[in-house]
Amino acid sequence: MRLLKLVPDNTNIDFVRLRGLAFALTLLLSLLAVGITFARGLNLGVDFVGGLMIEEQFASPPSLDKVRQVVDAQGVGDAALQLVGDQRTVSIRLPAQNGDEGATNAVVRKVEGALGRAFPGATFSRYATVSGKVSGELIRNGLLAVVLAVLGIGLFAIFRFEWQFGVSTVVAIVHDLLMTVGFFALTRFDFDLNIVAAVLTIIGYSINDKIVIDDRIRENMRRYRKMDMREIINLSVNETLPRTVMTSVTILLALIALLLLGGHVLRGFTAAMILGIVVGTYSSIYVSSSLLISLGLRAEPTRAKPGTLDRAEQVGPRER
Amino acid sequence: MLDFPRWKVWSIVGLLAVLCALAIPSFLPERWTDRWGSFPHPRINLGLDLAGGSYLLLEADTADLANTRVEAMRDQITAEMRRTTPRIEIGDISTRGGQLSFMLRDPSKVDAAREKLLSITGGGAGLTGQRQWDIQVVDSSRFVIRPTSAGMAQAVDQAMQDATEVVRRRIDALGTKEPTIIRQGTDRILVQVPGLQNPQALKDLLGKTAKLEFKMVDDTARPEDLVKGIAPAGSQILPYPGNPQGIPVIAVKRAAIVTGDQLIDAQQAFESQTNKPIVNFTFDTNGGKRFARTTQENTGKLFAIILDNKVISAPVINTPILGGSGYIEGNFTAQSANELAISLRSGKLPVTLKVIEEQTVGPELGADSIRAGILASIVAVVLVVAFMVLTYGRFGVYANVAVVINVFVILGVLALLHGTLTLPGIAGFVLTIGTAVDANVLINERIREERRRGKSVIQSVELGYKEASRTIFEANVTHAISGIIMLVLGSGPVKGFAVVLLIGICTSVFTAVTFTRMLVVQWVRRTRPQTITI
Repeated sequence: MRLLKLVPDNTNIDFVRLRGLAFALTLLLSLLAVGITFARGLNLGVDFVGGLMIEEQFASPPSLDKVRQVVDAQGVGDAALQLVGDQRTVSIRLPAQNGDEGATNAVVRKVEGALGRAFPGATFSRYATVSGKVSGELIRNGLLAVVLAVLGIGLFAIFRFEWQFGVSTVVAIVHDLLMTVGFFALTRFDFDLNIVAAVLTIIGYSINDKIVIDDRIRENMRRYRKMDMREIINLSVNETLPRTVMTSVTILLALIALLLLGGHVLRGFTAAMILGIVVGTYSSIYVSSSLLISLGLRAEPTRAKPGTLDRAEQVGPRER
Repeated sequence: MLDFPRWKVWSIVGLLAVLCALAIPSFLPERWTDRWGSFPHPRINLGLDLAGGSYLLLEADTADLANTRVEAMRDQITAEMRRTTPRIEIGDISTRGGQLSFMLRDPSKVDAAREKLLSITGGGAGLTGQRQWDIQVVDSSRFVIRPTSAGMAQAVDQAMQDATEVVRRRIDALGTKEPTIIRQGTDRILVQVPGLQNPQALKDLLGKTAKLEFKMVDDTARPEDLVKGIAPAGSQILPYPGNPQGIPVIAVKRAAIVTGDQLIDAQQAFESQTNKPIVNFTFDTNGGKRFARTTQENTGKLFAIILDNKVISAPVINTPILGGSGYIEGNFTAQSANELAISLRSGKLPVTLKVIEEQTVGPELGADSIRAGILASIVAVVLVVAFMVLTYGRFGVYANVAVVINVFVILGVLALLHGTLTLPGIAGFVLTIGTAVDANVLINERIREERRRGKSVIQSVELGYKEASRTIFEANVTHAISGIIMLVLGSGPVKGFAVVLLIGICTSVFTAVTFTRMLVVQWVRRTRPQTITI
């Protein structure tokens, strides 16, 4: 049986030579993502801005205008409507009601009652209310989690490898994050707590990818002491290319199943993950390893004393 | 490499079999597993987003608690000062700004008063022995008493403990299955009630403070003063929406005859003649005695039944009430009477609780999500399995066996930890299926490489596992770092996702590396292949 090979054996692509182009593209895309995020803003979910969200399921696809009329007639503030999932479900976002929770409860009851009368067979599928106080905490915790994850992983890379690995990894991850955020600004998907989980997973996955390549670079640095750094990096990226592509494709297969079949609640989450995997794979191959050269990683450890270099065996702290 | 002792094989197989077996009860209908009795049958709980139900985050109004505390202190001090011999006269009492202040009518008694106050407010806060109240004398005759932060912290802590207990009793009275009630932080309570059909009833119930008091009505108050808000000395003005006198307020004595703490039972019932919903109550011995004495002394007068500082009725005492029980009549519906009865039975909430976050998922959406999640997981497994076989042949099959076992092992561990499976958890699941094969991809690609370098089959397999293991370890540690951060900082959905992810990371390393290595070694040892297709 002939087995499937996504990447042919012994590829020899000069990724390092492409790095000027890759850096320019990365920078451009990152700037674009930041620009879009500032220009359009994120469609923050109830979790992060406070307020209430009612998801109502209708017997048949409703006309959004009619739903809006019914909700507006209740005088509960500006409603943002969105069709979700199977076109029969509408998510209704309302601003936080001032006053106590009694007011919020009343609004939920009022809107549901009115929708039930106007559209026979309509039932609520879920609702969420978040006060401004909690949403502030959730934003803070979310940001803190992302920052800590990036720092923690960067530190791990510095501790296990050389500092250049830490820096290049963090740069690549920041790029992945910017792309994800830009994607949410572009598509206007709800940016909620679930997306924070997605972002953290993207960080974890993307790091995974980079560590595998870094690990190979380190191995090759020991194996081929005389080899030029450019060659070592090219060799390492090429050697790990089959694995990088294989793993990304496998995870994408699993995620696509989830995107198409997993229900609308998880759609934003899965979309973010898919984008993150694609972007993360790109940055692993083109950005993080090539960046090592620009950061001045040398084949010989810089801390080695002069005069010991030409000896084949060295005594020193174990690097792993 | 080929050295794989028999005991090792059996312990690996045994461990995996036990972990997989732990997952079985979660798939069986509950009425089966219930019959197993003491035989362990750990189950995975479904999160609210899958089972449907309500998640509420309640926060205590601590400012309100501080006020209540200062007011209680005022009442205690006025009473004690009056009781002292010689009596210490005080006046100009104020409880504004979270502190209590009053004047001494006779400034020469400052020392005696201070002595008295120290004993009233005495007692340290907790183990630190710090005072709960701070006493100051200003302008030689004015006392200012402030709660210390240690005393306040202890009071909040105590109130939250009681409140959590009260909330638990009230929710239990609703008769729902497996509610979760946890205290969170200093002043919050997290409530999760799965499978609840009417979350509104729950919130109505939790919103009630249920502070019940019986006080005598002050009949010396003139209605025109009441409207202006002027109460006779020793009395207070309370709202009374159903006042037959036509004004919505009434004056009652500050001192309570009996309070809700002295109730031992409360039940919803119907009044026999009018058939109106009422709440029957029974006092404990002490409360019953006091109630009997007061009603004997005050026959013909009015007393007020006060709930949450609102008068619900003010009946005339026709005959002394001696048996220690009675009923409350108000503008009740059967449901509201029942809710009041539950609140009274469960005791009063020492603090007002506000809902600051709520997530409610209807049962239908939950069921849809489970179906979608299961379908997505199955399709994901099938796709990944097919892809692995196409790519790595026999080695892909080994990886697949590992993946499928891993799925059950994760479920088993989740059940063992009494974990909760949420919708993001299912996503974590699907993702873990994807990443679990990554370890095998690393190993298999390495074997391919070593074969290309011209190593023998056995050498390639050995090097493949050895070299890849290091990478797998490093990759998984970084992955785990982000998982742990999610677990610690994340709330709700993020946590559910992180739990599955972390379990998946641990189990997948075992199944993907150790277990497949065992399979490969068995095969190599049996057939001694000269060449392999990979």
